[in-house]
Amino acid sequence: MSARTAPPPSRERFGTAPTGSPGRRIGRALLGTAPIFVILAALLVWITIENPNFTDPPLFLLFLRRAAPLMVLAAGQLFVILAGEFDLSVGALITLVVIVAARLIDGEPERTWPVIALLLLFGLVVGLVNGLITTRLHVPSFITTLGMLLILDGATSYWTGGSPRGELPENFRQWGRLGIEDVPVLGQLPYAVFAVLIFGSIAVLILHFTAYGKQVYATGGNPRAAFLSGVNVSAVRTAAFVLSATSAVIAGILLGGFTGVSPDAGQGREFQAISAVVLGGAVLGGGRGAVVPAMAGALTLEAIFTLLNILGLESPLQYVVQGVIIIVAVAFAAFRQRTAR
Amino acid sequence: MSVVTASDRTLPARWAGLPSSGTWAIYGVLLLVLAVSWTLILATGGNINLTNTLVRSVALGIVAVGQTFVILGGSLDLSVAYQVSVTAITASVVMDGRPDRVWLGVLAVLGVGVAIGLANGLIITVLHVNAFIATLGMSLILRGGLNAGFDNFAGAVPREFEWFGYGDAGPVPYSVLVLIALVVAGWFVLRFTRFGHHLYAVGESEDTARLSGVRSARVIIGAHVLCSLTAVLTGLFIVSRLRAGAPWVGPDGNYDLESIAAVVLGGTALAGGRGGVLGTFAGVVILALLDNAFNQLEVNAFLKDVVRGVIIIAAVALYAFRQRDPIR
Repeated sequence: MSARTAPPPSRERFGTAPTGSPGRRIGRALLGTAPIFVILAALLVWITIENPNFTDPPLFLLFLRRAAPLMVLAAGQLFVILAGEFDLSVGALITLVVIVAARLIDGEPERTWPVIALLLLFGLVVGLVNGLITTRLHVPSFITTLGMLLILDGATSYWTGGSPRGELPENFRQWGRLGIEDVPVLGQLPYAVFAVLIFGSIAVLILHFTAYGKQVYATGGNPRAAFLSGVNVSAVRTAAFVLSATSAVIAGILLGGFTGVSPDAGQGREFQAISAVVLGGAVLGGGRGAVVPAMAGALTLEAIFTLLNILGLESPLQYVVQGVIIIVAVAFAAFRQRTAR
Repeated sequence: MSVVTASDRTLPARWAGLPSSGTWAIYGVLLLVLAVSWTLILATGGNINLTNTLVRSVALGIVAVGQTFVILGGSLDLSVAYQVSVTAITASVVMDGRPDRVWLGVLAVLGVGVAIGLANGLIITVLHVNAFIATLGMSLILRGGLNAGFDNFAGAVPREFEWFGYGDAGPVPYSVLVLIALVVAGWFVLRFTRFGHHLYAVGESEDTARLSGVRSARVIIGAHVLCSLTAVLTGLFIVSRLRAGAPWVGPDGNYDLESIAAVVLGGTALAGGRGGVLGTFAGVVILALLDNAFNQLEVNAFLKDVVRGVIIIAAVALYAFRQRDPIR
């Protein structure tokens, strides 16, 4: 493999590098980020010990339903992180989706679908703008998406005058809080779980089974090498921002259903999504990470919140635990990376 | 080390911390914003108050100087907002309204600042945790600790301590003097000290700096301690103005993201190695002037955020345009 084709420089740097069969690649990706599954399993066992009902299928599905928005968001953010960028605007976009949907639909069920289509289109535009400003104007994505955060938050508040109006009809809210009823054993099968499965599968397909996915890893691993190998680095990054914004719109629709209209529906979600992705073994700066572990990272965060609730810890201390855990997880990953060499 | 000091004179201006062409550009923008907002305000019958504008910039300005240091070193600090809160609460609880305990309060918050800065720096350098995650984690930890202990104003600062927030030497408030002194000190450190030069070197390329004999970890830890100390100073200023500390004073001021925005608006590269505190000062004053203009023109407060976002992106795009690499 040496002289025939120019291999990407230092394949190891790509982590879940673009070689081998898809199955083996996913296997390697899972192996490389396995700790998150161990942590998640341990947390779930702990929760079950504290609350034996937790593993009842209906209760567990409710837990998944609560975790669904963050899981979708983490899968979207992963693409941006893998490509070596940040997307800090997703929280503001979620808030915008919830508020705008409530005001535009205003309780009229027949407006639900057109508005959802409009919001998805808007998400596409936000992602495109984030991507184009970052890649064409060479603004660091931290600043681009921070600016976008200010713009979206300001615009949302301006439009509503500070207090949200309107309401979400049942056929909008059902996606976040209802499901297919009377399923044997499981009880209610929440639509939100379907959303996670569908968005997650699409993300896995795109990242691990398409040329675009390989280009995302290459771009994040070494943008210059990727560029010189013929990858359209700008387009790859822009598409990643579009995927992230789309995930935010979907998460917003789910959250709007789950929690209702609130001016801080998406507050802090961008940092939670980045935390989840990093818990799942992705490296800030790009090139390392995979979809399933990132979503497991999101589930882990929700499991931590659930466990702390059950243990009766005051909610402020949840922040402390979350802070310690992301630092420890990243320190551990960095330690593994150094000792692996 | 002599390597750096010997090549001192031959260093490009941007490394030596001299006002580079970028800094002149940002001061041009500052003058433009000043002229436009002044004209607008005069035209609508108001009157611009420069002293007020400056006082408004003090809280953000002080911490932005510290943020400049960490960003120059290729790091960043997302925990400054909660550090400001921790400082405000600690100072006001320790002082407890008693003039004889002012020194104790100041000593306590300086200790807290050094401890947090050391922790941030050590997590980043020893545990090799990305600065974004390290300081995000720190901010969550501080937030949780604060909210567990306090939910509103606690303690009080004695009347004697209010000089920092309200006192003035003739026409100039002390707080503005402190900010200007801090900017000058920051400029001096970056321009004339070994630490300053090492900071630019580490920010430009940590590997290269380390291989050239710079103890990069110490430099980064030092920058984080300095940054935390500026957050402490901001906390003291705020508690002096509010007369008591509350857990929400830091996050309400949005000092984490705003200080980063001010730094990059001032022409410092987010990736590190380029920029300086003079640009940051201009960035902070521009943000305050905009605030002032929006308030006086009674423009909707929410539109302010939109305009801010656009201006920050546009400014950084302009800098990027001026110094574009062929491939990023």
